[in-house]
Amino acid sequence: MKGIILLSGLIAFTGAAYAETAEEKGLAIAVEADKRDQGWGDQATVMKMTLRNSQGAESTREIRGKTLEVDGDGDKSLTIFDTPRDVKGTAFLSFTHTLKADEQWLYLPALKRVKRISSSNKSGPFMGSEFAYEDISSQEVAKYKYKFIKEDKYNGRDVFVLEQYPQYKKSGYTKQIAWIDKEMYQPLKIEFYDRKRSLLKTLTQHEYKKHLDKYWRPARLEMVNHQTGKSTTLLWKSYKFKNGFRERDFDRNSLKRAK
Amino acid sequence: MKNYFSVFSLAFFICVSPVLANEWSGNVSLEVRKFSEQGISSSQKKQYGSISVQPEWFHDWDDGKQSLTFVPFYRWDQHDDERTYSDIRELSWLKVFDESELRVGFRKVFWGVSESQHLVDIINQSDLVEGIDGEEKLGQPMINYALINDWGTVDLFVLPYFRERTFPGINGRLRSALNVDTNNPIYESDDKEKHVDYAARWSHSLGDWDIGLSYFDGTSRAPSFTTAVDSNGITTLRPVYNLLQQTGLDLQATLDAWLWKVEVVNRKIKGEHYNAATLGFEYSFYGVFDSSSDLGLVLEYLYDDRDKKASTPFEDDVMTGLRLTMNDENDTSMLVGVIADRDDSSRLYSVEASRRIGESYKLTAEARIFEGFTDSANPLYSLRKDDFVELELAYYF
Repeated sequence: MKGIILLSGLIAFTGAAYAETAEEKGLAIAVEADKRDQGWGDQATVMKMTLRNSQGAESTREIRGKTLEVDGDGDKSLTIFDTPRDVKGTAFLSFTHTLKADEQWLYLPALKRVKRISSSNKSGPFMGSEFAYEDISSQEVAKYKYKFIKEDKYNGRDVFVLEQYPQYKKSGYTKQIAWIDKEMYQPLKIEFYDRKRSLLKTLTQHEYKKHLDKYWRPARLEMVNHQTGKSTTLLWKSYKFKNGFRERDFDRNSLKRAK
Repeated sequence: MKNYFSVFSLAFFICVSPVLANEWSGNVSLEVRKFSEQGISSSQKKQYGSISVQPEWFHDWDDGKQSLTFVPFYRWDQHDDERTYSDIRELSWLKVFDESELRVGFRKVFWGVSESQHLVDIINQSDLVEGIDGEEKLGQPMINYALINDWGTVDLFVLPYFRERTFPGINGRLRSALNVDTNNPIYESDDKEKHVDYAARWSHSLGDWDIGLSYFDGTSRAPSFTTAVDSNGITTLRPVYNLLQQTGLDLQATLDAWLWKVEVVNRKIKGEHYNAATLGFEYSFYGVFDSSSDLGLVLEYLYDDRDKKASTPFEDDVMTGLRLTMNDENDTSMLVGVIADRDDSSRLYSVEASRRIGESYKLTAEARIFEGFTDSANPLYSLRKDDFVELELAYYF
């Protein structure tokens, strides 16, 4: 990500000399958002996911996550499932990359088997939810092309409205429209447009809190699928930073002892 | 062995229970197996009910760097006495160091990548009364030290005690024509079940490639058989456990939606060398039928260079399978497959399907059809009348 920081400096410098295009301004906002969210190191989270079908019937999943920030590439993460009980102990290890394929392993506790799985199913649902794998994987500047649309107000807050176009292979989206809070440089809302260019889902991010006096994290995410009527709520019970995680906490051996 | 287990677990509880808070999970399951016809023996039934319990106790301390796991297992079967049994699936202590991990106790270890058969996987004994695919395993006593390096993980194993394979009893189905006399095994080693086995494995991930190289020196998990007359004058099969040296390679290349898989073993047993292999791929179609379901196509070739003299029925066979993963809130999935012999008409069809019901129940259905097993030399010949459907409802706590 260092290259991107340099690039952002360049844009800020040259920006004064001539009028920015909408694409340049969009990229500059994405770069600034990325820059502000660097240096957090690692985080441990406890989450609860609630899935709702179109009739309103609910099912829940409790998940713990560990993430290690990787300089110059996508993050490494380990996700452990506590409920539903039949998948308790199932663990998912992911090394994300900006443009080349992510590396993913799944640990199946009943068979004690670590399976390398394909990461090309980016648009597939995560744990049967309305979140696709590409929605929850680490967001890197180079994953999209950007276009600034306008400045606006959203829920009484000043926002930038951006369009972002996925540049990685196998995305389920042709376009996303993001409402980025001007103070936090974090999205308040994202609309997802499917391969047929029609509105598929809307994500809203709520209850932002500042951690380590610098990093904004939402405590609640709401994803609504407009085509199926299903929705998913992702609730963070806790965020913990500065855990001292190392690469060793994100190797294939760590999968087998993730309880 | 049964006494050994109960003393071990009692000692464990006396030591541990008062000190540490209990952390239990696990499952209880109800199972019904229904066979389509009368079996090869009049002592066999057409329908079997069974209940199993598998609790799990886990405790960790030292900031997660040390843990104890205890997983006992008990099954009761309506008709088959050999299927009413208990086992310690796991009773182990783990200590995590900076660049290594130590595990001591009863454990299960899986090696390999293929779906149709597991050639490389050798640490644990198959618990054959649980299912004919051999995927259920008995807990293996071991000391396992794993060294974690930049160039891969090296796992070293000392296996001080051998577990005999389980076999269905005289009233059970899915068994050999002659009953297996599990009370009178024959060992090549004078140390019998106390022969100490050793194993080592190097495994590494290099970009798209996951590779494992392994070596095992010890008592073969798969027995051969010799006929004998038992004390009641009945002809039985006595299992013969020979010493085995096995070198194994497992390899998977993960290239977009393709998983390319290779497992190869070289085995030396009774002074003879032979090779066996599984080669194949799994290709996935994502988001099929305009839904979020994935459809995987599995194709594997199963080979054994002893050909018809092989102790396995899969010496020149092709497995074709379809895996449907619905990615829904109930984790509905199904695997339909057939293993076809290239030299005769034998076909083993299988269906496995499962889905969650509510938050705590899981329903699993399994079916197997044995078609064209007319050659009495085929190791599966005795199962030719054992087409069955099994339904299992498990409650997870």
